[in-house]
Amino acid sequence: MPRLIRMDHTGHSTVAQWRGTDGVDFEAAVEAFRRELDAGYIGVVPEGEGRAAQVTELPAGADLVIMRRPIAGG
Amino acid sequence: MATAAEPVLPELAAVAWRKRASRDSLRAWGRLWTVWTVMSVVPFSAAAVGLFVLEPLSLPVGIACLVHAWIIPELYAYRGVGVVRPKGPRNARAEPVAQGLLGDLLGHEARELQRRTGLALERGALGVWLVGEAGALLLPPGGRRVNCFCVGTRERELPPSDRIAHLLLALRTDEEGFATVANKAFSGAAWRVRRRLPRTQRPALEAGRAEARTSAPSGT
Repeated sequence: MPRLIRMDHTGHSTVAQWRGTDGVDFEAAVEAFRRELDAGYIGVVPEGEGRAAQVTELPAGADLVIMRRPIAGG
Repeated sequence: MATAAEPVLPELAAVAWRKRASRDSLRAWGRLWTVWTVMSVVPFSAAAVGLFVLEPLSLPVGIACLVHAWIIPELYAYRGVGVVRPKGPRNARAEPVAQGLLGDLLGHEARELQRRTGLALERGALGVWLVGEAGALLLPPGGRRVNCFCVGTRERELPPSDRIAHLLLALRTDEEGFATVANKAFSGAAWRVRRRLPRTQRPALEAGRAEARTSAPSGT
């Protein structure tokens, strides 16, 4: 089942899960995704070894979407 | 490494004045470090020799000069390697969960290496990266040089593996953008960096060098 997770102090938390894209659970996941963006998180979809893509909308076909915090030079 | 056409790391907006990093710009940065190191070593060494030739009784002063010539590059290397030393809260309760997610992002060999050394090996277009909790080492093709970058998330409560995963995902999204956002800490010979790395992390450097040697040398 596709998941939206957020990396946080617990390791990571599952924010939303959904089956298909035509159900209320996907709509809830989209809302949750937007809330995470508003909170300053960045959405990333891992695309196999060495590849990842930033997303600004919850992609319907992704199995896993990870919310991360911005990085900066130290 | 990047996926969509011209992916741009959103964090670049915070450093808009920086020129986007590239293989050429990193090579030029490495050359600057080489020049700086030579300028630190040669004058002190020459002074030591010159003083001894002119007046053998000046030997203690000459020794002090040689110590300076040795210690200045070592201090720079120590500072550079500091970017990948484990630091910050360990958050031991959450670390196993974070370790699991990071392991899912890595291949089998990189996962094992990361668990042993704390550094995640990642092959990129600029070279081989070793990603730590608050920074990364880049070994350009050839594996003779190591570039040290200081970069991380500001969320100190995150477990160490989550901090690595943050950097890994950013690196995979936009490698050149990642190298642009990161602060450059040091660039120098791999042997100099190795001596300053904690022993537990040295196998990661060796693995990174071996990987980088398989790429065509870039002259860096």
